[in-house]
Amino acid sequence: MTDSNDSPPIKLSVKDLNFYYGKFRALNSISLDIPANRVTAFIGPSGCGKSTLLRTFNRMFELYPEQRAEGSILLDGEDLLDFKQDVALIRARVGMVFQKPTPFPMSIFDNITFGVKLFENLSRIDMEERVEWALKKAALWEEVKDKLQQSGASLSGGQQQRLCIARGIAIKPEILLLDEPCSALDPISTARVEELIAELKADYTVIIVTHNMQQAARCSDYTAYMYLGDLVEFGETNQMFLKPGRQETEDYITGRFG
Amino acid sequence: MSEKHLSSQFDSDLNSVSTQLMEMGGLVEIQIQKAIQALAQFSVPLAEEVMKAEDRVDMMEVAIDHALTAIIARRQPAARDLRLLLAISKITTNLERVGDEANKIARQVKSIVESSDARKMPIGDLRLASHLAVTLIRRALDAFARLDLDAVVSILKEDDQIDQEFKGFTRKLVTYMMEDPRTIGDSLNLLFLAKAIERIGDHAKNIAEFIIYIVKGTDVRHSSLAHVESIVH
Repeated sequence: MTDSNDSPPIKLSVKDLNFYYGKFRALNSISLDIPANRVTAFIGPSGCGKSTLLRTFNRMFELYPEQRAEGSILLDGEDLLDFKQDVALIRARVGMVFQKPTPFPMSIFDNITFGVKLFENLSRIDMEERVEWALKKAALWEEVKDKLQQSGASLSGGQQQRLCIARGIAIKPEILLLDEPCSALDPISTARVEELIAELKADYTVIIVTHNMQQAARCSDYTAYMYLGDLVEFGETNQMFLKPGRQETEDYITGRFG
Repeated sequence: MSEKHLSSQFDSDLNSVSTQLMEMGGLVEIQIQKAIQALAQFSVPLAEEVMKAEDRVDMMEVAIDHALTAIIARRQPAARDLRLLLAISKITTNLERVGDEANKIARQVKSIVESSDARKMPIGDLRLASHLAVTLIRRALDAFARLDLDAVVSILKEDDQIDQEFKGFTRKLVTYMMEDPRTIGDSLNLLFLAKAIERIGDHAKNIAEFIIYIVKGTDVRHSSLAHVESIVH
């Protein structure tokens, strides 16, 4: 967990962010600073805007023309919402793993190399090294090293999710976004992914959206509680789960919500 | 606790363990009251009643710990629920020790009564401190039931008064012992007794401090009264 004495540098700085689904405003002037090399969790009831917020960080929302974001999201000082930014490059810097495992319909090996080939021109040996590195990082190597040419879909749910994480980190992003990464997994696979998250933060800034409050408590350093498009409270996870500053947060965390 | 959980079973588990704690507190309060009455009346039968009932206090401590463990294992409590359960666990430990002190007082009363000279000693001087100690335990339990922080501050202040009484009494015993070394045995018995009363005040203070932890989330143990007051207000 975090040592409160040394506050880490800021990786992602969100300022006055508003988000609209057509006319519906889903985020109300969100401002928060996400520290580098830490795990930040977003919690809150369904519809509070936590996944919406996560999807602004790599401009995933641009796939839908009626959605738009106002404000700024500074990644190391550069505004991701600036239209001059190349979306493909942003997504190389800000990787994402979704709720359901989404292996591409190809071999385990090709799943990993697919994204890498878009951004780097590696020799076959370098590529093999990268695949091994990513699978090791995702704690999947030992289980798949003898069947890299098998289909990614042949793996179990937990393995598929770790494959997606391996694919996400293979292009060496700076930030890894995890949207409910464990909601489709059994407790053992969940524990593996959480263990992995703890290891990944040495190299990446990890942001996780989760419905599972205990998961946020277990694996994050910072927690943001959102409700109805507002950021209610953001602070160190230890503090948020022991004595949050706001009554609304306390009610939600203790299950008094509703 | 003011508002209800989505899970009513969780509410009833928390209420039930709080009720158990209050029951244990009630029993402990009776134990000290009887022990002090035994002292005032030099009553061996009353002292023996206290010693017999100590087992019940111990059993309640075990039962409460068991209930707390079950709630923590099943509910993974957080924030104020977690603070409440941790505080109950600590308060239980303190109450069990108050029970031990009542038992010590009862034993000292027995040996004082059995010594013919002891009645000449200044036992009446302990009346104020012992009365304060019982009152403080009762008020600490009331403050827990109501989560009343103003009551907590006044308990902390009054514990200082018991400490002062204890110091004064110790000085007095020293003069007795210097004047007449034959009083040393009885003086020591009385000193142990006075110490037990002083410890009860300390436990009341500890219980009061955990109430601040429940409400404010701040651990005020080992901090000054001024600091505590700044947190409460």
